[in-house]
Amino acid sequence: MTEGFLQIAVFCVIFIAAAPLLGGYMARVFTDERVFLTPLVAPAERGLYRVFRVDPEEGQDWKAYARSMLVVSGLGVLLLFVILRTQGIHPFNPSDFNSGPWDLSFNTASSFVTNTNWQFYGGETTLSNFSQMAGLAVQNFLSAAVGIAVLVALMRGIAARHGDGKLGNFYKDLTRIVLYILVPIAVLATIVLVSQGVLQTLGGTIGDIARGPVASQEAIKELGTNGGGFFNVNSSYPFENPTAFSNYFELFLILCIPASLPFTYGRIVGSRRQGWTIFATMFVLFAVSVAVVYVAEQHGTPAQHLAGLSTDHFSGSAGGNLEGKEQRFGIAGSSLWTAVTTVTSTGAVNAGFESLTGLGGLVPMANMGYSESVFGGVGSGLYTMLLFVLLAVFIGGLMVGRTPEYLGKKIEPHEVKLVSIGALFTALIVLVFTALAVSTKYGGPSIYAEGPNGFSESFYAYLSQANNNGSAFAGYTGFLQLNAPGNVGALSVTFANVMGGLTMLLGRFVPMLAVLAVAGSLAKKKVAPLGLGTMRTDTPTFAFLLVGVIVLIGALTFLPAFLLGPIVQSLTTRLF
Amino acid sequence: MRKDLIRGSIVLVVFTLLLGVAYPLVMTGIAQVTFGDKADGSLIRQNGTVVGSHLLARDFSRPLLGTDGKPKQDADGNVLTEPDPKYFQARPSATGYSATVTYFPNRGPNQASTRDLTRQHLAAYLALERPYSPGLKASQVPVDAATFSASGVDPHISKANAAIQARRVAAVRKLPLARVQELISENTAGRALGIFGEPGVNVTDLNLALDQEAR
Repeated sequence: MTEGFLQIAVFCVIFIAAAPLLGGYMARVFTDERVFLTPLVAPAERGLYRVFRVDPEEGQDWKAYARSMLVVSGLGVLLLFVILRTQGIHPFNPSDFNSGPWDLSFNTASSFVTNTNWQFYGGETTLSNFSQMAGLAVQNFLSAAVGIAVLVALMRGIAARHGDGKLGNFYKDLTRIVLYILVPIAVLATIVLVSQGVLQTLGGTIGDIARGPVASQEAIKELGTNGGGFFNVNSSYPFENPTAFSNYFELFLILCIPASLPFTYGRIVGSRRQGWTIFATMFVLFAVSVAVVYVAEQHGTPAQHLAGLSTDHFSGSAGGNLEGKEQRFGIAGSSLWTAVTTVTSTGAVNAGFESLTGLGGLVPMANMGYSESVFGGVGSGLYTMLLFVLLAVFIGGLMVGRTPEYLGKKIEPHEVKLVSIGALFTALIVLVFTALAVSTKYGGPSIYAEGPNGFSESFYAYLSQANNNGSAFAGYTGFLQLNAPGNVGALSVTFANVMGGLTMLLGRFVPMLAVLAVAGSLAKKKVAPLGLGTMRTDTPTFAFLLVGVIVLIGALTFLPAFLLGPIVQSLTTRLF
Repeated sequence: MRKDLIRGSIVLVVFTLLLGVAYPLVMTGIAQVTFGDKADGSLIRQNGTVVGSHLLARDFSRPLLGTDGKPKQDADGNVLTEPDPKYFQARPSATGYSATVTYFPNRGPNQASTRDLTRQHLAAYLALERPYSPGLKASQVPVDAATFSASGVDPHISKANAAIQARRVAAVRKLPLARVQELISENTAGRALGIFGEPGVNVTDLNLALDQEAR
């Protein structure tokens, strides 16, 4: 396991070193400072403002910002739905796919606009190259940019000193995030991925090998913490993730923006220690989850041991639970990916999660149970974390008996109500929708595995969709694809499609509205000078409190559900 | 609101053209010029037709012949196959090594079906290798040989797996074992930058090299 922990450690050092650099760059982008790309990009930027008829200097209050965000997202769902429904008449459809059922299109459209990228379809057997490029990839960019924009609005609200309640201009933020951050990195990443062997062709299936423009999509899929694979088996497929190097490169792409944003935040609120405190909190929870999943996967599963397979490490074989994993990534590369893709809300997978050990499968669920606040999705992760920060400030204030203050701004009942909605709403819909799915007859047809793994499938599906993650215990409804004729990937369960689509939309936009309302309220507040009694929020003590708040809320909410699924699985050697 | 709807529509249309059409097409152009073979899928051609990809495992089996010398069929009329002993065998695949339809094996840690399938993989591996590696025990079989891969087309096997299969392939092909081992190390991908990932032997390339050797 030494080699395994060594590669994980080296990877962590690399992304920790890179995060403050990218974080600083992004802070300059959000505050309109000149960056090295300005001479190249500024003309295009000005051109886009003219086409959009946007005055970039026009500030919006939180309601206007939220309205613009909802309109662009809502129209995005509509456009993607239309593209998917009319797939049969588009160009770049070498395999002549039709549209499949409407409820699947609804699920997919909701999925990509909410940055979830849950997939009830198999890419290579369902979607034309046109749908992949003009439909899904566009939303890979835009949903990521929307998440970051909402975060930027919250940062401005917290940092505001003038009190006019303006949070910036949504269209301007969207444009700058796409042009200065997402596109440049995605272009470079595409070329690196192709150099490793990732496909990038408009040619269709050749021989019996399905192909398409994969690399351009793979790059933004990881960078935007989207996670929707071109192929059904996602980043485990050699055409999406061909080498050990590409595996770690994609991991870096996934983490680079979410891990850098705390540093951006530190710069924008004028205290880098705030950024480091939040980063450290995230890193601790991340490191624990990596260690647990790696040790669990290296141990192997009851089913393997009962079959007489030795999962020990010996010369020339790393051992462990290699079921549903790829040799070139090994247990370490697959375990690290499992943690990275679920602390961030990416949901791209390089292994079959249904085949994880019981304890190994608990880790992604716990990561999502923290409401994707540990690094989290681009933008969405840090704004969720900031809700937890406000909650910790409030709880800390109650403990010492003082009016809670955060960065000089009083946290009052109005904000605490909004924060509670933002932090708890997602958990609520997870539990309600899971309960509906497992207690009515409609949820049954989606379940593949017998025993507790079957419950884990259902619970994971709603946990993942509500938190906009998108990874899956893929037996859930996935098995139906096998026997369908024609458009094989498109057969699915209406109940699961519709419920899932609703879960994703609610889980994305209700917390976003709460966040923007908090931002608007904070933006109007006067700044009080730092007093002796003010609780510091840039110390290890506060980081410790924050970890406690996050773990406690997650545990209180989800422990009973965890017990029924992964915890039972990891305690028993009984087979089902 | 009306203003937002108009503006939002323009934003979506323009970004769809930029990010959904221009970006992938330009990237395809650059990829085709700089890494054409890789961008096309690292294809293997024989006599002008595509027979596979260097990155994908293939099914190296042959039809199972009955006592009458004809291929055996199951009840549905499918031809039964057995591993071709002159080739290295890739990891078990839940998809029949399909590069057209992919799906995960989805065998959970506590499923009886996982135990049964793992047992079958183990038994099949031992049955194939024991004649050439007498005394090979189940506990000596590396995990990659008895577990489904994630993609169904994992082209790599572990070094330990390759070392066991080498004895069979050398014997069946009447090649010196040392030569087969040499070919194995030529087709082994080490850890990236000496640190990242797990070493693996590319079965597709290795079998191609063996066929070259035979010519």
